[in-house]
Amino acid sequence: MTTLLKEPKAKKLGLKERYAHLTRGLGWETTYQPMSKVFPFADYEGIKIHDWDAWEDPFRLTMDAYWKYQAEKERKLYAVIDSFAQNNGQMNITDARYINAIKIFLTGVSPLEYMAHRGYAQVGRHFVGAGPRVACQMQAIDELRHAQTQIHTISHYNKFFDGLHDSRHMHDRVWYLSVPKSFFDDAASAGPFEFLTAISFSFEYVLTNLLFVPFMSGAAFNGDMATVTFGFSAQSDESRHMTLGLEIIKFMLEQDEGNVPIVQKWIDKWFWRGYRLLTIVAMMMDYMLPKRVMSWAEAWEMYFEEAGGALFKDLARYGIREPKYADVARKEKGRLSHEAWCTFYNYTHAAAFHTWVPKEEELAWLSEKYPDTFDKLYRPRFEYWQKQQEAGKRFYNNSLPQLCTVCQVPMLFTEPDDPTKICFRRAEHKGETYHFCSDGCCDIFKDEPEKYIQSWLPVHQIFQGNCGGATIPDVLAWYHLNNGVDNLDYQGSPDQQLWDAWMKDRGKAGG
Amino acid sequence: MSLEIKTTAIQQRRQTFANVARRLGADRPASRYEESMYDLQPEVNFHYRPTWAPEYELFDKSRTAITMEDWYAPRDPRQLYYGAYTIARSRMMEATEKNFAFVEKRQLLAAIAPAWAEIVRLYLLPLRHYEWGANMNNSQITAIGYGAAITQATQFITMDRLGIAQIISRVGLVMDGNAGDSLAAAKRAWMDDPVWQGVRRMVEDSLVLTDWFELLVAQNLSMDGMLYPLVYGRFDAGGQAHGAQGLSMLTEFMVDWQDDNAKWVDAVIKRVAAENDANRQLLSGWYAAWATRAQEALRPLADHVLGCDGVTALAEIRQALDARARKIGLLV
Ligand SMILES: [Fe+2]
Ligand SMILES: [Fe+2]
Ligand SMILES: [Zn+2]
Repeated sequence: MTTLLKEPKAKKLGLKERYAHLTRGLGWETTYQPMSKVFPFADYEGIKIHDWDAWEDPFRLTMDAYWKYQAEKERKLYAVIDSFAQNNGQMNITDARYINAIKIFLTGVSPLEYMAHRGYAQVGRHFVGAGPRVACQMQAIDELRHAQTQIHTISHYNKFFDGLHDSRHMHDRVWYLSVPKSFFDDAASAGPFEFLTAISFSFEYVLTNLLFVPFMSGAAFNGDMATVTFGFSAQSDESRHMTLGLEIIKFMLEQDEGNVPIVQKWIDKWFWRGYRLLTIVAMMMDYMLPKRVMSWAEAWEMYFEEAGGALFKDLARYGIREPKYADVARKEKGRLSHEAWCTFYNYTHAAAFHTWVPKEEELAWLSEKYPDTFDKLYRPRFEYWQKQQEAGKRFYNNSLPQLCTVCQVPMLFTEPDDPTKICFRRAEHKGETYHFCSDGCCDIFKDEPEKYIQSWLPVHQIFQGNCGGATIPDVLAWYHLNNGVDNLDYQGSPDQQLWDAWMKDRGKAGG
Repeated sequence: MSLEIKTTAIQQRRQTFANVARRLGADRPASRYEESMYDLQPEVNFHYRPTWAPEYELFDKSRTAITMEDWYAPRDPRQLYYGAYTIARSRMMEATEKNFAFVEKRQLLAAIAPAWAEIVRLYLLPLRHYEWGANMNNSQITAIGYGAAITQATQFITMDRLGIAQIISRVGLVMDGNAGDSLAAAKRAWMDDPVWQGVRRMVEDSLVLTDWFELLVAQNLSMDGMLYPLVYGRFDAGGQAHGAQGLSMLTEFMVDWQDDNAKWVDAVIKRVAAENDANRQLLSGWYAAWATRAQEALRPLADHVLGCDGVTALAEIRQALDARARKIGLLV
């Protein structure tokens, strides 16, 4: 048969070879337009890449497989979301205090997923090599997935609980949400290599277990099967993202020795930026989950001190050391969550979630998990506040807190070596004084003052009259925060009333 | 009694998110498309200017000359969000996989007349680079465009173009028995063969466009609007007389995809043109300039594949494209 003669016998293609044929050769050296104009951001950060083809594609995922796997996951995920809604799954959570963790997630984390989507689209366009560009494009669409599936999952909770109704609007305005917003704006406004160091490496590779995992295990422990399902569903995406994080660091380090100090500086910066962002997760873990997973200190030890320690030992061969100020984080681990919760307890009238004094058994858990610090430093405050509250004098602090110019967290952190003294740092720039929560943030400012003097600091903005007015109710209205509903103590909140009514009905039904 | 639980449980405080309710004009149940698309992109209170474009905010309306009262007005008639998108594409890809299996099992590409097979290698395989350029352009729009309504759709197109480049590459691998030399030859043609240089120059010029909406029109309406009907319509039809029926099965994805994508392209451009006269003028100018450019750039290829019919084919495709442009409100 002639056909057999004409068509060569197909040789078997390995995955690696097939991927190379389908992906690697797609790019070309432009000649009608100079490469420097087609890829204008390739070298302005000072990173030198000699051979983009040296990039190893860890996943070798082609679009046919991508569509197939992802569609399978989406079918399953949406089936669970639908049945969760049909079966009133919201009634199976531990108690309605748990929803406050979800409020923080939707207002603070989901918008970052969206920003990641846009940021990876930028790098996915502007990296010169086809391999890393495809990896970034896949992450760009994955992150859009995360933003959208999170909204779809939480949509059902929004129908019953408060504080979830206007997350996008709030993210761009509410004072404590400027912490995550400024974090991601900082990364997205950096060049492509710093963006990847910030998000792929520091955030996804080094710190993700301290962000995503606590929320997802928190959901599992507290009966939130909808959130657990999207968490599981996102896991295989995340493992790709983490791998990209490690690959990009190694790639930069291997390409040119001159890259090492630049990368080290970014690792230092983004470790500290990410760690400060996790303050709110620490507080969520220790205070907001009715059923605790593990303490912040335990999580920090397991995921940063042990896993991170091994990672930085591994990177030592490239001349990379552990991030600067990791020792400060170690010293803070027994205080971080308590300092944060106490601050939010005082300012919860201006927040879109509730706070509360932990119950007796919860105080006991905190004492047990934090034997060196809790009884000595924090328990007395809670006992005092509890008494005040019982006397009808729930305390709210009506002054406005001072914010760190870099991380934008209120000045709530204490001196690394003195847990009774608030840590203040300052720096001058062009005749102005700027304030910081730590040496870490102060260093970041000094390295790039022209960037951080631009910070949209919520408290400054309120004072300048840019946030709806001069009084707290004015500002809350501008936040789209329903005063007396979304804010204040959990005790007496509409969320609590609804939950108690449900549980009463359930009791009746059971009895 | 479980009945009681139910009555309490269904007391919903609200039907949808407040931002969606504002857009719908009432708090009523919203679609998944609406809930996960509206207002997704931050618009205010950015902290820092991008170091890579300090003259702009991170997302900045002034990155295009087009003006819109509301950048969420140009919506997707297909209502695609991530889940709906991947499920739709996986269905199309499933059909394509079956077609590849069918063609490979029966060695249908070997049935193409040798002279035509040479022509196929020259007209089809270098298109993987054209698709890669389209991928970069849509990724660029996704990065610096304004409003999630448009940029999420261009993110989908970004991945579609990579997928199409990979389908074309697979055709090459079927033709060369997985050796990959057909792809290497296609790249040489893309770089050096005179029939491709006009197209490559056009693509490279599009890669450096600064107005992202011009880029959207240039790539997704003008360039694609000329190239797709030429390659997957006329060239494919030309192959039917040379035993290329099997090839049509492998490129059916592109035909279906272009039909689907054009629904979005047309809806968006139509809405933006209807916004104001300045928009209409800009869009019409961009459309015409890039369609003319594409028509000229494709001429050597059309001549090569279709002989003396090439020039007429291009003129007819242009005529149909002009009619499509008029239908969506452009001044042609
Ligand atoms: Fe994500
Ligand atoms: Fe991720
Ligand atoms: Zn700070």
